[in-house]
Amino acid sequence: MKRFGPFLFERRLAPPRSVVLGVSMLAVMLALLVGAAIFAGYGVNPWHAYATIGKSTLGSRYGLMEILRRAIPLLLCGVGLVIAFRAQFWNIGAEGQLLAGAVAATGMALFSGIPGPWLLPAMFGAGFFAGATWGMVPAFLKVKLRVNDVISTLMMNYVMIYIVEWLIHGPWKGPTMRGFAYTDTFPKAAWLPTLPLSRVHWPTLLIGVVAAILVALILNRTRLGYEIRVVGESEGAARYAGINFLRVSLWVMILSGGLAGLAGVGEVAGIHHKLLSPTQVSMGYGYTAIIVAWLARGSPVVAIVTSLLFGLIFAAGDVIKTVLRMPFQVTGVFNGLILFFLIGVELLMYWRVRLASRGERWTGKAGSSGS
Amino acid sequence: MAIRSIPKNSLGIPTTAPPLLKLRDIVKSFPGVVANDHVSLEVQAGEIHALLGENGAGKTTLMNILYGLYRPDSGHIFIKGEEVHIRSPRDAIAHGIGMVHQHFKLVYPHTVAENVALGLAGTPFWQPARVVERGLKELSERYGLPVDPRARVWQLSAGEQQRVEILKALYRGAEILILDEPTSVLTPQETAELFKVLSRMKQEGHAVIFITHKLGEVMEVADRVTVMRRGKVVGTLPTAETDKGSLARMMVGREVVFRLSKGECHPGEEALVVEDLHALSDRGIPALRGVSFTVRRGEILGIAGVAGNGQHELVEVITGLRRAQRGRITILGEDLTNRSARRMADAGVAHIPEERLRMGIVPGMSVEDNLILKKHHRRPFSRGPLLQLRKVHAFAKRVIEEYDIMTPSPRTPAKLLSGGNIQRLILARELSGQPGLVVAAHPTYGLDVGATEQIRQLLIRQRDAGVGVLLVSEDLEEIMTLSDRIAVMFGGEIMGVVSAGEASLAEIGLMMAGERRQAQEPR
Repeated sequence: MKRFGPFLFERRLAPPRSVVLGVSMLAVMLALLVGAAIFAGYGVNPWHAYATIGKSTLGSRYGLMEILRRAIPLLLCGVGLVIAFRAQFWNIGAEGQLLAGAVAATGMALFSGIPGPWLLPAMFGAGFFAGATWGMVPAFLKVKLRVNDVISTLMMNYVMIYIVEWLIHGPWKGPTMRGFAYTDTFPKAAWLPTLPLSRVHWPTLLIGVVAAILVALILNRTRLGYEIRVVGESEGAARYAGINFLRVSLWVMILSGGLAGLAGVGEVAGIHHKLLSPTQVSMGYGYTAIIVAWLARGSPVVAIVTSLLFGLIFAAGDVIKTVLRMPFQVTGVFNGLILFFLIGVELLMYWRVRLASRGERWTGKAGSSGS
Repeated sequence: MAIRSIPKNSLGIPTTAPPLLKLRDIVKSFPGVVANDHVSLEVQAGEIHALLGENGAGKTTLMNILYGLYRPDSGHIFIKGEEVHIRSPRDAIAHGIGMVHQHFKLVYPHTVAENVALGLAGTPFWQPARVVERGLKELSERYGLPVDPRARVWQLSAGEQQRVEILKALYRGAEILILDEPTSVLTPQETAELFKVLSRMKQEGHAVIFITHKLGEVMEVADRVTVMRRGKVVGTLPTAETDKGSLARMMVGREVVFRLSKGECHPGEEALVVEDLHALSDRGIPALRGVSFTVRRGEILGIAGVAGNGQHELVEVITGLRRAQRGRITILGEDLTNRSARRMADAGVAHIPEERLRMGIVPGMSVEDNLILKKHHRRPFSRGPLLQLRKVHAFAKRVIEEYDIMTPSPRTPAKLLSGGNIQRLILARELSGQPGLVVAAHPTYGLDVGATEQIRQLLIRQRDAGVGVLLVSEDLEEIMTLSDRIAVMFGGEIMGVVSAGEASLAEIGLMMAGERRQAQEPR
């Protein structure tokens, strides 16, 4: 127990669900509040801004569809990151793994010659494989050479970004694209079907929801999931129990990278129908998914909800740009604010705060007695 | 060995002068334990005063109070006859008290001089370390503490890092220096060097308080020794008027607290054979140097010894957590040298680990999940890739009852349980799989009386059921009450094996201090 001024902080080892939910909502609220200040600073009435955003996203069919479309890659990457974070593997590389999937899908669509109905499944397969491979490299480096996972996964993003740039400016540059840095447009067989009058490529959405449920089952009901949880919760106990770190880390990153790879397939096959500049393919979905996973607090099913929330923020970005005439980058500010407050309010989850009654004194930290 | 040629009380301080430091009736309690129960202590200038006691005797708590890290519940501290109130380490330093912690408080990427300058008042804003460097040179020559002020701390050996800590305290003008288990991280050579420095400090008129549980060191460097047991002072004696045997008795206490009903031992076939085992410590120093012994089914072999003499490494090698460099481990008739921890567990080795919270349980996972750790990959808890949750649940329910684990529900996170219940959980998991060999490291350390007794009973029940038990403990009383035979480790070797019936505390104490047993070992 610690005391600051009139407040007593009591350590809480396992926060109840209601506290986790409440504290997470508080973080989002605080972010919206600071966001209001930013709108005001821009000369836009915050009430008007939020009302406009609400009406144009949640209030219209088109807006709702846009939320869904943005939520698809966030969901796939986010579920993958939930697995990684449960194993305390800090995968910051979903962006690169997503692009790896996009590259593999493009290769299949343009150059494989696989006939009609088999083409899309082959693209998803190749995308998963590519993302998984890109994810396994840091897993190897971490377990075998003790390379920091944050650094290696982050750096691999840049490698993949430049691979994509090289491909679209060089060997894969489309002859029919009149000098633009795109590949050729995919054949129709490589286009994902969308919900009518929208850009929601529903097969990928379906894959995302199924993946969330499957991952929940893997984590809670399989040997692998058990070992992932043990590794993540206590390295010492995992060593004591004879759990093979390499095997677990590889599986974690196969799943995590593979799911991000699927998101990349969805973006090129569902929306762009070609490979183009990395910032257009992904718009930072791989990074935003970190917040999606963090907010989901280790639950893949909750990631469905949180990815919708961030889909909303992305869709709001379009409204901000077109209706309110502010830069689209404001979405980045919102993402940053939410993450900032999420981490900031963590303290409240593990400490119960209350007013000290008179006579209560500071008891110091109860440490071990003796040597 | 002996550096005792230096005359006692070399400054010839008259006995009528007030002692440099006096603690009177210090009381400090933590939830559930009284760590210091009316402790009084006097330390003179120019004296090395050893504070001796087992783990948990209250030595470190007392010194943390003196250094301002804890506030006592009641009691008084006098320095040079005047009462002082020490609220923080800053106060302690101002009163001339310095402390070298067991785990060094150094900034590793910084240089020696920078570490000394850190937090020091009166240094210039730019390059504070420069000013310190000159003073450091002089100090290190005066006390025989050679260390390069510009070396980066991470490059130094443990012994050198300790010198930095001592210099830090001396630079701040420490008259009273507290050393908490200073030799636990040192090689014998470094220890000898340290003792020279301490003697030098004594000659300069400093008082040194030396916390230890090693009898040999007390006899070697200390002028006087205060023995603590269970939060109380047992007595203070000049080392010249005592010996290791009587100190050991004072430390452990003569009374046997627990009456355990223990039947006769019926040793069966060999459960564990260790032959000429060699292994390195984490720091790459030989920790085991040719250890050989046998544990039979139906007996408890106790390994006694002060901490850091290879017991930790021995347990790790036997349970597959550390590689043996040489030698052989045969478990239940199977050669399992250097096999994985999982292979060892599957072969029937139960391991009750030393570090309960860091290794023994997964704190954030449920009691139920924790109960199947190490067995989760085998039937009945797994079939193919799937966990059999219903079987896990039934198993958890059964053993929670059988082993008396107090938990609100099997789904409660294990970290919410009390220490005794966590240890029951570990025992339930390890013993329920019908092991052939149980390796128990400090199984009752830090537990209350009730849990201690229950856990000792469980170990005896295992032995009676024909399981071989290897018990490693620093608690001599525990070793004496539980074991059928006792092996004593020192410096990575077995000093001797005695059967519990003929063992005397004095003899074991001597072996713990490094004297090899003369008589033939009973095999």
